[in-house]
Amino acid sequence: MRGLRAMFDTSANKKLVEVDGLKMYFPIYTGLLRRHTGNVKAVDGVSFDILEGETLGLVGESGCGKSTCGRAILRLYEPTAGSIKIDGEEIANVGFDKLRKMRPTMQMVFQDPQASLNPRMTVAAIIGEPLSEHSGKSRSDQLDRIYELMDAVGLNRDFANRYPHEFSGGQRQRIGIARALALNPKFIVCDEPIAALDVSIQAQVVNLLEDLQKQFGLTYLFISHDLSMVRHIADRVAVMYLGKVVELAPREDLYADPLHPYTKALLSAVPEPDPVAHDNANRTILQGDVPSPSNPPEGCNFCTRCPSVMDICRKIDPEFREVRPGRFVACHLLNDTKMPADPTAAVEA
Amino acid sequence: MTDGPNQPLATSGATPAGAAPVMEMEAYRPPRNQWWDVWDQFKTHKGALLGLGFFIFALLFVYVGPLIWTIDPTFIDIRARNSGPSLAHPMGTDQLGRDTLARMMAGGQTSIAVGLTAMLLSLVLGTLIGVVAGYFRRLDGPLMRLTDLFLAMPLLPLLLVIIMLFRDQLRAAFGPEGGIFILIVFVIGITSWMQTARVVRGDVLALKEREFVLAAKSIGTPSHRMILRHVLPNVMSPIMVSATLGIANAIITESALSFLGLGFPSDFPTWGRLLFDATDWLQQNPERVMWPGLAISLTVLSVNYIGDGLRDALDPRIRGR
Repeated sequence: MRGLRAMFDTSANKKLVEVDGLKMYFPIYTGLLRRHTGNVKAVDGVSFDILEGETLGLVGESGCGKSTCGRAILRLYEPTAGSIKIDGEEIANVGFDKLRKMRPTMQMVFQDPQASLNPRMTVAAIIGEPLSEHSGKSRSDQLDRIYELMDAVGLNRDFANRYPHEFSGGQRQRIGIARALALNPKFIVCDEPIAALDVSIQAQVVNLLEDLQKQFGLTYLFISHDLSMVRHIADRVAVMYLGKVVELAPREDLYADPLHPYTKALLSAVPEPDPVAHDNANRTILQGDVPSPSNPPEGCNFCTRCPSVMDICRKIDPEFREVRPGRFVACHLLNDTKMPADPTAAVEA
Repeated sequence: MTDGPNQPLATSGATPAGAAPVMEMEAYRPPRNQWWDVWDQFKTHKGALLGLGFFIFALLFVYVGPLIWTIDPTFIDIRARNSGPSLAHPMGTDQLGRDTLARMMAGGQTSIAVGLTAMLLSLVLGTLIGVVAGYFRRLDGPLMRLTDLFLAMPLLPLLLVIIMLFRDQLRAAFGPEGGIFILIVFVIGITSWMQTARVVRGDVLALKEREFVLAAKSIGTPSHRMILRHVLPNVMSPIMVSATLGIANAIITESALSFLGLGFPSDFPTWGRLLFDATDWLQQNPERVMWPGLAISLTVLSVNYIGDGLRDALDPRIRGR
C-alpha cells in the first residue's frame, strides 16, 4: 500500500487506520481428539488504509468476511497475523491494558440494534457505560454528557430511563450510535448499521451518520452489502470476496468503471427501479456458489466462478496492486503479463 | 417508568440536536434507581405479595413467637401427653407432653435458617461455577467435569461419610447444635449446586455470543465487570428459579437427614424432625403431622411465589405489563 498518497482530493489528510496483511483464521478441530485439522480463513491477507475524515465502504456478499474484518480491526477477535495501526499506534498484538487505553479512539456500531443493547440496562446506563469505564467523571457530569449525546443523535432526553425493548429499530440504532460516540472516537466501524432497519429508517440513520461525521470529523469503515447505500455514503469502496479485498477504488471510479470481474458481477446485480430497464438489464450472473473459506481454491479465490477465467488464475494468486492511480485490483486480467485477456474483459463490461 | 404521562407535554415533542437549552435540564427526571421499578412491578404480582406476606408471617412466627408463647419446647409435662388442641396447648402435645406450638416455633427457626443458608450456599457455588465455566473457555472442561462428578456421586452414602467424619470435630468446635447446623448447611449446599451450575453455564454460553457483550468488549470493559454488568443480570431468571426450588429442597433434605438420625439430635426440634416423629402417631393424633407438614409446604410455596414475582420484576421486558 505504498502509492496511496497520490490518491485524490483528500490526499492532504493523514492515514488514520492502516491495515496490512490482516489475517483472521478460525481453527477447526475435528475428531475424537479435537485435533487442529484446518482453518476457516475468514479474512485472508487484507490490506487497506483509511484516511482521516473519510468513509471507506466495505462491500461483498454474505459470508465473505466483511464483519469479521471489521471486528478484527477493533481487536474484538485476536487476529492471526498482520498489523493494524490506528492513529499511528500498532494494536494488533498489544496487551489488554494498553488496548483498553486505546479503546476510546475506536468504536463500533453494530448490525442488529436489538442484540447490541443489553435488555437489562436503561438507555442512560447503556450510553453511560463507556463514560463510566473511561472518563472518570462524576455521575452528574456523566449524565450531562449522556443528555448531550442523546440530543446529538436525536433522542428525546426523556427516554433516558427506558429500556431497549421499548424502542423502535431506528431509535435503538441511535442509542447504539450514541454509545459509540460517547468517548469522542476518531474512528468508527459501522458493521452493517442499516441492514436490520426498514428503508425509511435506513435513510434517517445514514443521514445521521453523515451529519455526525461532519460535526465531529469522524472516520468510518462502513461495512454493508447494500451497494447503493455505500455509493451514497462512502468516499472509497473496497470489495471483498472470500476473505480478500479484490478491488479498492474511489467511489465514482468503481461504480462507473469496475475493473475486477467480481465487482462487475456485483454491480450488475444491483436492482433497477425501472421495470423495463430491469428486465432488459444485461446482467453478469455468476454460476455456482462461493467456495468454502476453510478450503479456498488454489490460485485466485474467484477462479471457480469468474466469467473470464484463465489458466494462470487457477495456479497463481494475483497480487493486490495499484493498476491505475488510486485504484487497487487483484486480478490477472489487468496484469501486463496477460495482455490478450484484457480487451475481452473490457468488452464484457 | 410508568409515570411517563406526568411529564409536561412540551418535553415530549422531539428535541432536535443540540437545541435543548441548559435550563430545561431540570425538567428531565434523573435516571431512577431501578430497584424502585422492580418494587413497582413486584407489587402488581398478587401471588408474590401473598407469598411475601406469608413468609414474613412465618419469620415472625418462628422468631418473635417464642417471646410471646414462652413455654420451653423441651419442657416435659408427662400428664398432658398426646393431648389434642386446647387452650393450654393450642396445637396439642406430643407423646412426652411437650407443647407442639413451642416446638413448631423452635423447629421453624432451624428449618428456615437451614433452608435459606443452604440455598444461598448452593446458589453462590452454582452461579460461580456456571458463570466461570461458561465465560472462560479454558475452565469450561474441568469445571463441568467436576459438576458431572458431583452429579454422578451417590449422595446419601456421601452424606453419611461426611457426617461420620466431621460431626465430632464440628461439635467440639461450635457446640452440638451449631456444629450440626454448619455441617448440614454445608452438606446440603455442596450436594445441590450442580443443576444451577449447568443451567447458568448454558445461558452464559449463549449470552457471551450476543452483540451487546461484544459491544462492551469494544469499550474495553474488563471481564469481572462484564460478568457483573452484562452476564449476571441476564441469567437472573434461571438463578431465581433454582433459588426458590433450592429452599424447598434444603428443608426436605434436612428432614430426611434428621429422619435417618444424621441431622440434629433427636430432642432438637426441626419441622422435618417433628413431621417424622409424628408419623408414628398418625392414628391417634393426625393433627401432629399436619402442623409441620403445613408449615413446610406453605413456606416453600410462599418462597416459590416470591421467586416468581421477583423474576418477573427483574426482567424489564415483562415489567410494566
